[in-house]
Amino acid sequence: MAKTYQAGVKEYREMYWTPDYVPLDTDLLACFKCTGQPQVPREEVAAAVAAESSTGTWSTVWSELLTDLEYYKGRAYRIEDVPGDPESFYAFVAYPIDLFEEGSIVNVLTSLVGNVFGFKALRHLRLEDIRFPIAYIKTCMGPPSGIQVERDKMNKYGRPLLGATTKPKLGLSAKNYGRAVYEMLRGGLDFTKDDENVNSQPFMRWENRFEFVAEAVLKAQQETGERKGHYLNVTAPDHEQMIERAEFAKELGMPIIMHDFLTAGFTANTGLAKWCRKNGMLLHIHRAMHAVIDRHPKHGIHFRVLAKCLRLSGGDHLHTGTVVGKLEGDRASTLGFVDQLRESFVPEDRSRGVFFDQDWGSTPGVFAVASGGIHVWHIPALVTIFGDDSVLQFGGGTQGHPWGNAAGAAANRVALEASVKARNQGREIEREARDILTEAARHSPELAIAMETWKEIKFEFDTVDKLDVA
Amino acid sequence: MANFHNTGDYQTKQSLETFSFLPPMTQEEIYEQIAYVLAQGWTPAIEHEHPGAAFNHYWTMWKLPFFGEQDLGHVVEELEACRRAHPSHLVRLVGYDNYTQCMGSAFVVYEGRG
Repeated sequence: MAKTYQAGVKEYREMYWTPDYVPLDTDLLACFKCTGQPQVPREEVAAAVAAESSTGTWSTVWSELLTDLEYYKGRAYRIEDVPGDPESFYAFVAYPIDLFEEGSIVNVLTSLVGNVFGFKALRHLRLEDIRFPIAYIKTCMGPPSGIQVERDKMNKYGRPLLGATTKPKLGLSAKNYGRAVYEMLRGGLDFTKDDENVNSQPFMRWENRFEFVAEAVLKAQQETGERKGHYLNVTAPDHEQMIERAEFAKELGMPIIMHDFLTAGFTANTGLAKWCRKNGMLLHIHRAMHAVIDRHPKHGIHFRVLAKCLRLSGGDHLHTGTVVGKLEGDRASTLGFVDQLRESFVPEDRSRGVFFDQDWGSTPGVFAVASGGIHVWHIPALVTIFGDDSVLQFGGGTQGHPWGNAAGAAANRVALEASVKARNQGREIEREARDILTEAARHSPELAIAMETWKEIKFEFDTVDKLDVA
Repeated sequence: MANFHNTGDYQTKQSLETFSFLPPMTQEEIYEQIAYVLAQGWTPAIEHEHPGAAFNHYWTMWKLPFFGEQDLGHVVEELEACRRAHPSHLVRLVGYDNYTQCMGSAFVVYEGRG
């Protein structure tokens, strides 16, 4: 029988709280950490989140009766306590797949983290995790190349890759900048990187940077006999200029470019990733602005969600933090989203902050990039934490070497290879770090001096965003 | 303060990717790395090439990859046989990982002078 129209305001939970619902394999699932206003029941808050992020609005409207909202609505289907936090709770919401345009991370985020985050009945709201159904994943292109293709192209096997951000990050002329790049690459790094802030400023326009850096890369490659690259930052004011820069990098014979996915936005990122797939270019992704979104434990979006979104939007490398360096990052939580970047299936694991099983199907893997305040002493720990499918980047830790960039690069390369060799021999390299590095330094004066230079530097502050455990 | 009298001058080296920044491995150390490849479940394989062509993606294969090989001694024998047959070549050990469809490991074991 057809429904009748009754104008007015209904409680959200009448329609959007469905505790008996069993999610479908094709549903997109989300876990929100909700902190409601006092006196608002949890079910009402959860239902409001489901409604406002899907089909609902505050008032009943007659045109609802022209469609089948039972098919399109999001459903809050479970509520859980947050361990150790009496004022917040987790709300699990299931969204039917047809709420989202195929292959559009933009559309998914516009719905899930749109107006609902400003909703008055909530004090705070945080999107903790999304389970993308495999049916939706198959509509996204994902990484242009992925880990396996990049290893084959760059001829790097059986170890993490080694990189560095070129410093000082702002103010160098293009020719002096290319010098710093050349010195690091000839010393033994696989990659150097533009700083994220380097786009095309008055002190160094992008064409000039690209040309000098290309000469540096090709010269280092020829002299060392190893394959080299520099992440040329193509982040630009508009899409047309971004693609123009990418095309010039390709014309110069460069293997890789880079992009900032959050400040530039997912539309730009997905477009660039597709250009990279078409043109056989690797794509390094920086994450400026992420801490604005992900650092507050009760509000915003957890980085594991942004990492999943990036894998679907497209990128071959993604910065993940270092756990041990100067930037925020809890170890278990970091390992949780590193898995999301690289594995083909990640099971639910609350001890790592993973709320859902996630099947990635055939989506290529993304290299985890550890960068920020790390140096040779951290290398055994970094190899243990991140494993081979990672890029370890030492900016100050390469260019701060007393003998200069090439010696700094060689020190890092020796320390990395010594750590990998020892790991393969079955040694516990994180615990035996001092012995392994000291041993390696006997054959490498560059490493011995690096170890002396950075022996006192530690970054021991407590993590602000901890995993929720009792 | 920097003292230029005791500052080193790092000379660019020709290098051969993984493990080429370490001193040459002893026989025992090479065996340990082969044992690691086998323990990962990877298929060992041997490739060789003239040093002048080392930059190419493809080196010449020595026989086929040793599918199902579990015996470290057999791999060592094949490495020796390859070196005897091509004393002027670089010889590298590869570990094929059929799950990732990539090489899990690749490093030069013997460096012929060309």
